[in-house]
Amino acid sequence: MERSFVAKNPSVLVFLAILSLFTLGVTVLSEGFGIGVISTSFVKTLGKTLCLCLIAVAMDLVWGFTGILSLGHFAFFGLGGYMIGMWLMYERTRLIVVESLSQAEIPPTPAEVVDAIGTQIFGVVGSSEFPLIWAFSHSLTLQLILVVVVPGLLALIFGWLAFRSRVTGVYLSILTQAMTLALALYLFQNDSGLRGNNGLSGLQNLPGVTVSQDVVSLWFLWASALALGLGYMLAAWIVSGKFGSVLRGIRDNEARVRFLGYSVEVYKLAVFTLTACIAAIAGALYYPQAGIINPEEMAPIASIYLAVWVAIGGRGRLYGAVIGAAFVSLLSTWFTGGQAPDIPLGFYTIKWVDWWQVLLGVSFVLVTLFAPQGIGGLFDLYTNQRHPDRHGANLGPDEGALREKEASL
Amino acid sequence: MLRLFLAGLAILFACLNANAQEGGLQPILQDHQEIIVKSSRKTIKPAIDALAASGLPQAQVMLETWAAKDMWMRKSDGLFFAGTKAEGRLYELTDFDTGEVVGTFEKSDLKQLKPNSGVRAMIGTALVQFQLTDPDRKKRLAALKSIQRDPEGALLEPLRASIEDEPDVDLKVQKQRLERLLTIGYDEDVVARVAAIEEMSNDLGVDVRAALNPLLVTARKTAADLPSDVNVAIVLEPGSDALSRDDAYHLLVASDLAASLVLPDDIRLALAANIDGGRVGGIPVAQLNNNTARAQAYSTLAEAGIVPAFVTEADIDTALGAHVFFETYAEPSIEVTAAAEKALKKIELKVGLNQTLDLTLDAVSLASIYFLAAIGLAITFGVMGVINMAHGEFIMMGAYTGYVVQQYVPDHTVSIIVAIPMAFAVTFAMGVAMERLVIRWLYARPLETLLATFGISIALQQLAKNIFGTQARPLTAPGWLDGAWVMNDVVSISYIRIAIFVLALIFLGLFLYIMKRTRLGLEMRAVTQNPRMAGSMGINPGRVNMLTFGLGSGIAGIAGVAIGLFAKVTSDLGNDYIVQSFMTVVVGGVGNIWGALAGAGMIGFLQKGIEWMNPSNTLAAQTYMIIFIIIFIQFRPRGIIALKGRAAGD
Amino acid sequence: MKSLKSTLAGSVVFAAIATAALSAEDTIKVGVLHSLSGTMAISETTLKDTMLMLIDQQNAKGGLLGKQLEAVVVDPASDWPLFAEKARELLTVHEVDVIFGNWTSVSRKSVLPVIEELNGLLFYPVQYEGEESSKNVFYTGASPNQQAIPATDYFLEELGVEKFALLGTDYVYPRTTNNILESYLKQKGIADADIFVNYTPFGHSDWSKIVSDVVALGEDGKKVGVISTINGDANIGFYKELAAAGVSADDIPVVAFSVGEEELSGLDTANLVGHLAAWNYFQSADTDVNAEFVETWKATMGDERVTNDPMEAHYIGFNMWVNAATEAGSTEVDAVRAAMYGQEFPNLTGGTAVMLPNHHLAKPVLIGEIQEDGQFDIISETDVVPGDAWTDFLPESAVLKSDWKDLGCGMYNTETESCVQTLSNY
Repeated sequence: MERSFVAKNPSVLVFLAILSLFTLGVTVLSEGFGIGVISTSFVKTLGKTLCLCLIAVAMDLVWGFTGILSLGHFAFFGLGGYMIGMWLMYERTRLIVVESLSQAEIPPTPAEVVDAIGTQIFGVVGSSEFPLIWAFSHSLTLQLILVVVVPGLLALIFGWLAFRSRVTGVYLSILTQAMTLALALYLFQNDSGLRGNNGLSGLQNLPGVTVSQDVVSLWFLWASALALGLGYMLAAWIVSGKFGSVLRGIRDNEARVRFLGYSVEVYKLAVFTLTACIAAIAGALYYPQAGIINPEEMAPIASIYLAVWVAIGGRGRLYGAVIGAAFVSLLSTWFTGGQAPDIPLGFYTIKWVDWWQVLLGVSFVLVTLFAPQGIGGLFDLYTNQRHPDRHGANLGPDEGALREKEASL
Repeated sequence: MLRLFLAGLAILFACLNANAQEGGLQPILQDHQEIIVKSSRKTIKPAIDALAASGLPQAQVMLETWAAKDMWMRKSDGLFFAGTKAEGRLYELTDFDTGEVVGTFEKSDLKQLKPNSGVRAMIGTALVQFQLTDPDRKKRLAALKSIQRDPEGALLEPLRASIEDEPDVDLKVQKQRLERLLTIGYDEDVVARVAAIEEMSNDLGVDVRAALNPLLVTARKTAADLPSDVNVAIVLEPGSDALSRDDAYHLLVASDLAASLVLPDDIRLALAANIDGGRVGGIPVAQLNNNTARAQAYSTLAEAGIVPAFVTEADIDTALGAHVFFETYAEPSIEVTAAAEKALKKIELKVGLNQTLDLTLDAVSLASIYFLAAIGLAITFGVMGVINMAHGEFIMMGAYTGYVVQQYVPDHTVSIIVAIPMAFAVTFAMGVAMERLVIRWLYARPLETLLATFGISIALQQLAKNIFGTQARPLTAPGWLDGAWVMNDVVSISYIRIAIFVLALIFLGLFLYIMKRTRLGLEMRAVTQNPRMAGSMGINPGRVNMLTFGLGSGIAGIAGVAIGLFAKVTSDLGNDYIVQSFMTVVVGGVGNIWGALAGAGMIGFLQKGIEWMNPSNTLAAQTYMIIFIIIFIQFRPRGIIALKGRAAGD
Repeated sequence: MKSLKSTLAGSVVFAAIATAALSAEDTIKVGVLHSLSGTMAISETTLKDTMLMLIDQQNAKGGLLGKQLEAVVVDPASDWPLFAEKARELLTVHEVDVIFGNWTSVSRKSVLPVIEELNGLLFYPVQYEGEESSKNVFYTGASPNQQAIPATDYFLEELGVEKFALLGTDYVYPRTTNNILESYLKQKGIADADIFVNYTPFGHSDWSKIVSDVVALGEDGKKVGVISTINGDANIGFYKELAAAGVSADDIPVVAFSVGEEELSGLDTANLVGHLAAWNYFQSADTDVNAEFVETWKATMGDERVTNDPMEAHYIGFNMWVNAATEAGSTEVDAVRAAMYGQEFPNLTGGTAVMLPNHHLAKPVLIGEIQEDGQFDIISETDVVPGDAWTDFLPESAVLKSDWKDLGCGMYNTETESCVQTLSNY
């Protein structure tokens, strides 16, 4: 390494600068700070968007750089949310229960306290006993560890099984989608012990914290920005080194990399597990801002949307993923919020609530067909970056390899 | 004016009433006016009994009118009449006794009597005596239904009496069967009952089991000694599998033969009730936050005699040892219970076998639905290797086409016949358009096909919502597909499912024919194996790809009509089938129709099998099935039937 | 395309800033929080239209407190976290005085913390599982004792059902309702073995095995009845299979808690005649107010549209809110809430609904039989039943009581005589 990492990747610095400016700006303009130009609900939306950007970075790493189209990363995202949600619910309920039981004539036994918490949490779904998976929910530290460990382990096992038997390409996509579906269906059951369809709710109320949501929303914004910054740097560092070159090699021609003596499976597994962990951290930050997590969040469609964000933003470049996630999810909020003006055509009025999905769908098609570089491609136009011109021939011998238009440098 | 008229009419009727006092129904109805208006199964019995026992010929018509919700009460005088709707809000009333029209009245002056299904059943039972020998076959059938629903001992005699003169062969058989069933339950002669039980012990009907099972109802009892005057089914040993120690002791407590256990909650309440200066039994309240301290405090209280003492294990043992536990039959006759037990055992075995058969049919049916949904995908994904996430939406479009056709063609049979080719045409066109505009450009980039077609999928879904609304739309099957093919009371399958099965078979045949016997099929196989070589042989790969994709899409459309007929037509119909369909194709093995068939079969049977093991949670079945598939693919990544050699593509 | 994108991106930021400043007009704002897209749009769009119709009617009558009412409609898109976000937006950005909204329990649970934090006011119009009481929510739909328990009583007493199949979609409303019913049935002397419970996923379509399981329940000679909490689209497949199996309502009656006129419009009901539903309202109710309501609805929305129970709940809730605000002389939440207690308004089905201190209504319960035309024939009407937030049939909640008027507590433990918590349990 002759040049430093930052010097090799000036875009990282630019990104971090923009992110800090953005965070600072939102903080100053927020209600929690006093000016109140940006409402708390919008601060929360922005905070959540940062988490989505983080998972998009993870997705870009696994898809844009390694070529694994995983349709399961939202499952890891959701699992992370569940893990932190368990502690939040347990602790919040415990405070209420202890307070209420302290008024009883006979002081409660520890077992009675736990029973009462169980009744409170599971009463709405018709049970009152703590399932086994809640065993660590009393401890914040343990649950925080589980945020990374549970999704990481799942990714490790699933990835090991899948990569070992050389499931690749669309098969792998479908398999990851099946995994997501199975997990969502499992969590939908009340018997799974995570309150079924209701999921975990009231997560925005941090136990023991009495300051208003105006301030709490800022804390989470900062935490999300920090996580995104760190995640981005980590991803940039990974892809800029030798490891990154191997990943790109796997994407462009897996067989060739294997013949060169690299253990493709280990690389894939490492990147798959690592991105699952990043996704889980993003989820653990996201759901306390959203306030509720339930299995519907993990439906296969969410993961497909994730792929779409990355595609629209521009694969194979980290800032592209961030732009895609932020752009599409904010746009989506705007359109579904009923704020977009209707377009009267005389004979028919286009209501965006009805037509937004159509627009979104059509734009996927157009982006895939005409702008495989996504929004990130605009930067290339600006910087006048040229693509190698091979007059229509493939860059490599394999049909799945990049077409010239997609490749940069 | 009207009121005056009504008053006059009322007086007139009061006079008529007086005349009809001896034989008319109206006085009986008036006697029970309150309970008839209240119309509750719990209280109505005297009224129905009185009407049935009146012996009046018009009672039958009256009861039938009542059950059909056509009896009305005039609010002004509380008299009951048969009412038929006249114009607007007017109703024409007819007197039950005279059969004469009394006049037409405003709905607001009348009260309609709406007996609920429970009361209707009682009316039905009362009608049996009239209807069993009615010349109208329908009414005789209704009488039999009533007996079936509410078997009663009193009906046995009239039923037996009516068998002899029954002209209809079919009804006669039914009557004889019913007579046997009633004999089992209600005959006074034990020998006749045992004979009837033995006679029916080969019958699979739910009603036979319904007649036998009540004979074997047992009650769990306990006593110091085994009584001799009851029909004992079994003597239970406490601590055995059939009767745990806890249950046995609870039984004793429930029979007031032992003191009840002191539960933690009781302790807490007892302690709370006996706080004395911040202490309970000498222990400070603040220290009572664990079970040991609580138990200790409670013992102190118990020793002082303030609260009942703990029940110790030794107490429980003594109590259990001093009593016998047994189950008795409600039916007093040992011969009958023994015969019933034997007959039921025989039936149960048969029922078990038939249930397996039924489950198999269900699984086959589910498999054929999955197969039908996946067959289009087997072409587009299996043969061409195109991931079409909008496949589910093609199914949806087919279903909506069926719905639209039904809006214009009211006859259901014709509309289905029209809808099938229409659905094919619509989705074929859609598929061709999609292939031309989108997929063609992405053949080398399969992952991106996935994304683009997914975009099309959500756009199509939303379009369907915008056009048809979010409400489910009715797609009604023709009358001849209503109902089910009933082999016996255990095994049955609805005609619509059979139709889907047949349709799946037809498509299997069609697919094989096209692929193996037509020029198009040959070209398809050529193009998918080696497009360049095929091109140099004079085949136009673009055209063949287009047609292949259109064919796959068209078949999905037809599947949509079938699925809409048996389930529902909504804009997200496709979502339910898309993942399943991909699973079917992947599990079965890509590129081979037999693979799709095997995949569908495996998934169908697996799902039903898991459902059978865990009948109260269908969701679990789906979850475990997917997990199983994921694991299965680990071991057979190319599916059940994998292509070998060059055809495999790599 | 490029320029469109940048314009859009620009306007996102602009809209966020602009909406904050836009709230000082001289209207009273009414938030409508119903999904207009996604899975629940099927049911909730109708309620949004109902609210718009009611607000229009009120404005035609001169508005409220001398001001016009303005509906603020947002679309939470059947996305449960989005409900919380949109509720916050309604309360802080649009500064609405009241919100009418939600359908599913999970969306309500999502909104609760926000409404309580910001002291909003929500009218929730759908029958639900109970076991909840919030200071800021008025529950105008039925609680289990206003729908499930009377229907079960009807089964036990009027139809003589001795064996029960509780079929439901796997989510919180069926789970809790079935839990309450199981406990209730056991108290009524029904044995454990005579209660069959099954849960299916949303949108389930393969019903043949479940229907044959239910038919097989009749084998011990007891009358079988089905209590269905099956939700939404799945009903279509269920009833189709039921009809195909030739199960008549006289043999195995089915009473449904989630099937109304709207759901039946997607079905051919010829084979379902006689099956039951329990609601507080049916379109077929024979009163003048109802005739007028149905007529206005059809005139606004089209002739083929039907009315249903949650619409009546909104009708009552909205009018009570209008009257309470008029009485209080303000739309301020605490003042309106205080004026809500004891508020009376005529039901569409006759009689009067009363708002109780536990934020539930006292309403009569109707049981209707499905008819060939997709309407219900009302065959039974109970006396007025006061809604109960905490069921009396589960031991943990039997001791709880909700009284916001005098006790100021929604979860009051009558055994220890203390308030468990003043926030709701979400």
